[in-house]
Amino acid sequence: MTLYPRNNYGYFVLSIILAMILRILPLPTSLDTINPDWVLLVLLYWVMITPERFGVVNAWTIGLLVDVLTGRLLGQYALAYALACYVCIKLKRLRNYALLQQSLLIFLILFLSQAMLFWTENIQSPTAFQIAFWLPVITGTVCWPIVSAIFHSLRLLR
Amino acid sequence: MTVILSIILLTTDHRSHYLDNFRSALSVIIYPIQVLVDLPSSFDRSLTETILSYEDVASENNKLKQQQLIAKAKLLKFAALEKENIRLRAVLENSFKLGEQFLIAELLSVKLAPFEHIVLVNKGTRFGVHQKQPVLDVYGVVGQVIRALPFSSEIMLITDPSHAIPVQVNRNGLHTIAVGSGQLNRLNLPFLPNNADIKPGDLLITSGLGSTFPHGYPVAVVDTFEPQPDKPFANIYATPKAALDRNRELLIVWSDSAPIPLTTPEIPETNPTISDDPIP
Repeated sequence: MTLYPRNNYGYFVLSIILAMILRILPLPTSLDTINPDWVLLVLLYWVMITPERFGVVNAWTIGLLVDVLTGRLLGQYALAYALACYVCIKLKRLRNYALLQQSLLIFLILFLSQAMLFWTENIQSPTAFQIAFWLPVITGTVCWPIVSAIFHSLRLLR
Repeated sequence: MTVILSIILLTTDHRSHYLDNFRSALSVIIYPIQVLVDLPSSFDRSLTETILSYEDVASENNKLKQQQLIAKAKLLKFAALEKENIRLRAVLENSFKLGEQFLIAELLSVKLAPFEHIVLVNKGTRFGVHQKQPVLDVYGVVGQVIRALPFSSEIMLITDPSHAIPVQVNRNGLHTIAVGSGQLNRLNLPFLPNNADIKPGDLLITSGLGSTFPHGYPVAVVDTFEPQPDKPFANIYATPKAALDRNRELLIVWSDSAPIPLTTPEIPETNPTISDDPIP
């Protein structure tokens, strides 16, 4: 990726912080249940574009911070993010796909991550299966083109 | 490798408290983000405070002065009642719990997770806050501290689906448990039989059982009572007294202070007829 400057770590941190802010923004309940996992979307974008710089360990660390941020058991988001980014790295050609195909795979990755969260959440306290719990997967998929479009335009600006 | 590491972390955090310090350290990194999210609403508040007109402030001051006067007058009576209560308890050879200490904490307007009623306040272990402390507002019980971090602490509201609070009907002393419903304006009382002596309008207070919440704080008012003839328990709903979604200032309570030792020399040895009497 020659389009990127060498020191894009600052941009990475900035975008992750922005995503974290979006994650805990107080919203009305109806919007709150469908608030997508912004941190994972941003993380996936970076891992997709530059897999050699941002790997699984990176995702795991970010996940740990999100665990503390949202008051989960330590390791819940870390596990989900690490697995999601591992899959993303394994799908090497993801960034060359058309947006529709990309979104489909992103949907699967988000679903995997949410499934990990559901599983770990159930270990802590058994909860009933709710449809609303899985809505962020769908909204996340819908938001993926927006996220990648924003990043693309930012990249063109530089 | 990270998967194994996460699973180890998950299990240790679930089963023990070894990771509390680690979490505290990470929370210091996270706290600025949470404050940043809170910034617009706190800025809005400070702005309205600054541009309030002089008349508004003066009238509010007047009103507050009057309220304080009334509250003080009530307290006068209360002090006498408290003394009387201690004397009566001494007669019954009962110990009396010392008054509680309060710390005012301010809510940070962040949303931690959907489906959970957990809020963040800006006082943490640096102020001596610890786990399982009860939290009140001026109307009633709000919840309890479930995690104390250096700069902030997480408070679970009484309406969280996984929260239960031991309560007592103020009218007749009936004990039961109020479970959160997941809605901010409702508590469930799932463990009362169809013939229980409870009716809409009854005040529920903390019973002091379970020793997390001190005895006697208002929790909720019974809303509906639907006997279910085909089931062992009735459907009972209550509305929390505390303004759970309209409050920024919360009171964190220290209640586990030692009871006052009561030594009243003039009282004779225990009268068996008194101690055998069940206290209503």
